Amino acid sequence: MSTISADWINPFILATTEIFKDIVGVEPKLSKPYVKQTDEPLFDISGIIGITGEAIGSIAFSLPKQTALKVVSRFIGEEVLGLSSDTRDAIGELTNIIAGRVKKIFYEKKIHIKISIPNVIVGKEHTISSAKGIPTIVIPFETELGNFAIQASLKKA
Amino acid sequence: MKIITIDDSSTMRRIIKNTLSRIGFGSDVLEAEDGKQALGILSQTKVDLIITDWNMPNMDGLTFVKKIRSMREWDDVPIIMVTTEAAKEDILEALKAGVNNYIVKPFTPEVLKEKIEVIMGLK
Repeated sequence: MSTISADWINPFILATTEIFKDIVGVEPKLSKPYVKQTDEPLFDISGIIGITGEAIGSIAFSLPKQTALKVVSRFIGEEVLGLSSDTRDAIGELTNIIAGRVKKIFYEKKIHIKISIPNVIVGKEHTISSAKGIPTIVIPFETELGNFAIQASLKKA
Repeated sequence: MKIITIDDSSTMRRIIKNTLSRIGFGSDVLEAEDGKQALGILSQTKVDLIITDWNMPNMDGLTFVKKIRSMREWDDVPIIMVTTEAAKEDILEALKAGVNNYIVKPFTPEVLKEKIEVIMGLK
């Protein structure tokens, strides 16, 4: 079974927790991370950013529709009602900000990575497959706005 | 004061525009989705301040800043970069390219106000 050490997962947990507190105004509660075994669908919308440099892989920020609407409403300061192009853009930008914070934390650990421009996937049962040989850790969070997950796929380059 | 905000995210453009309004600089704000579109707008319009993202398709913020700084008519326009790129080497690279000030996302209205006031000599 593929695994990722805590040193590689903690930046994702720390970045997500900090950004949620700063932007959304809620402190997400971490549930137990687990190694993703299949391409099982998780949620309704995902922002995905590729990672290159001294580590390669991706970060996906996945939410159920109702949680996404509440999170985006807090982010932009206006109520959103559906997964419109503006809502999708906001999820992409939130993913970008979380990935940027992940990059900074890795930089402070002397690991230099680059992040891509975000892509956003919408679909009730969408799956996210990581590249072969790159393990994916699902990091679930609970908040008063609903649950969401970060999927971190990463290995040393 | 005429300001152009350049970001591929419509959300960030909206947040920056709303923030500029809240801090008293929102009366005349233009928008561009990337550096290339911004160059087109700036070829026809004079602005007093440029607020640009770094990571964008077509033409990223760093390339845009270098191009702008190589043009005589734009070599002294104040530029603030608002980006997720928070590593020290990134900030130094942006400053070297000609950015006057740098803000890491997420930012507060107070930080943006402070940076604008300093860069525009209002403080």
